Amino acid sequence: MLPLLGTLVRRVRLIGNPLGVGQEFGMVQPMISFRADQLACRRGDRLIFQGLGFSLPPGGALLLLGPNGSGKSSLLRLLAGLLKPAAGQLFWGDEPLSDREAHAGRLHYLGHQDAVKPVLTVEENLLFWARLHDPETPDQRIAAALAAFNLKALAATPGKLLSAGQRRRLALARLLAAPAPLWLLDEPSVGLDRESVARLESVLAAHRATGGIVALSTHAEIALPGAEVLRLEDFAPAVEDVMGIWA
Amino acid sequence: MNRLVTVIQRDLRLALRQGSDSLMVVGFFVLTVTLFPFGLGPESNLLERTSAGILWVTALLASMLSLDRLFQGDYEDGSLELLALTPTALEILVMGKIVSHWLTTAVPMLVAAPVLALLLHLNEDAFPALMLSLLLGTPTLSLIGAMGAALVLGARRGGVLLSLLILPLYVPVLIFSVGAVDAAAQGLPVRGHLLILGGLLLAALPLAPLATVAAVRQAVE
Repeated sequence: MLPLLGTLVRRVRLIGNPLGVGQEFGMVQPMISFRADQLACRRGDRLIFQGLGFSLPPGGALLLLGPNGSGKSSLLRLLAGLLKPAAGQLFWGDEPLSDREAHAGRLHYLGHQDAVKPVLTVEENLLFWARLHDPETPDQRIAAALAAFNLKALAATPGKLLSAGQRRRLALARLLAAPAPLWLLDEPSVGLDRESVARLESVLAAHRATGGIVALSTHAEIALPGAEVLRLEDFAPAVEDVMGIWA
Repeated sequence: MNRLVTVIQRDLRLALRQGSDSLMVVGFFVLTVTLFPFGLGPESNLLERTSAGILWVTALLASMLSLDRLFQGDYEDGSLELLALTPTALEILVMGKIVSHWLTTAVPMLVAAPVLALLLHLNEDAFPALMLSLLLGTPTLSLIGAMGAALVLGARRGGVLLSLLILPLYVPVLIFSVGAVDAAAQGLPVRGHLLILGGLLLAALPLAPLATVAAVRQAVE
């Protein structure tokens, strides 16, 4: 009962302070590491991975590899706070993650879907997500984000007229429209042409150069110099464990 | 507050650009109400007695008709996940979506209601009570409906399930709204009915967003 009351009080407080005054939302908190310890993930009654850990210094990168269904997307959703780990703990700096909103304020998550509204223009789509992260997003930052992914000429085009690759570039432009130190990218290069992949690589390099952290999963080649590589199949539970139910 | 306004602006813009959705709701309201005089016959006594019930039941169904698009679009294109990953309480964003749902569906019905009431020979003394009951009752409908809309995300045949979940919860609003209009038509005081409607709204205002957020988090997990 008491923890429930505590959560309720915290939520009411947060609602009473929707601007997040004093919570440094939307600002880059530089030079903090991101660490995971003994993570396990369960979907339904299937254990997908267990005992997974990593430690990313500021400027670090994590490359997730593995066959389909090995848990790359689940791990990224878990790092974003959309999923709860079945076991283990995440740390931002030295503190274990507990405040969902504070964590959401320091990350960008790019899933399989691009979240592009067909009736809004490219610029309106981008502006909405930027404003949600940082209500005082300046116009120059939107323009710079559009330019970085070569979307300037499409700024007034409605989302429904975009090709799959253009929609993907618009989703990627969100990363730059509102600053956040932690980027979680689920197969970011799907649908991108060679030139756009090169743009993405340079954006990732610039983000890491300022102390940002990147975790991404991919089946294609994306240059991430010095990245820590995690092969998800190494953390799959042993067959005996899976069969253990019947043993 | 800024983020609340951002969400309302975006949802209103979406609704205006896909204008057919809002027009469909008010169109359904007008057409269904005009069916009743054909079905019941043009007898003004009968229509006068049933008009409050007809208007309210139809408004309730029309409001429910539009609920499935409250979260469904955002759920399908991945926007809902991103909304859940915003550095602010999700309750605020959900509230913004509910407000814009009310503005795009209930407000056009509020405009159409007095004209339809005229068509149904509603006693002219009952017009203020009708408008007040709609003004107090329809926000409660949107709030309760949002809970159901979030709960059925990802379910097959969500629309049917939604009506099964939500219609029983609409009953108190219906009873006291129709009660208010009937009381006014008979020259009785309406204050009690309207106070209860206001109470229902005040109860739904904080509770419905909390429940909706819990359901949304479940859906994006």
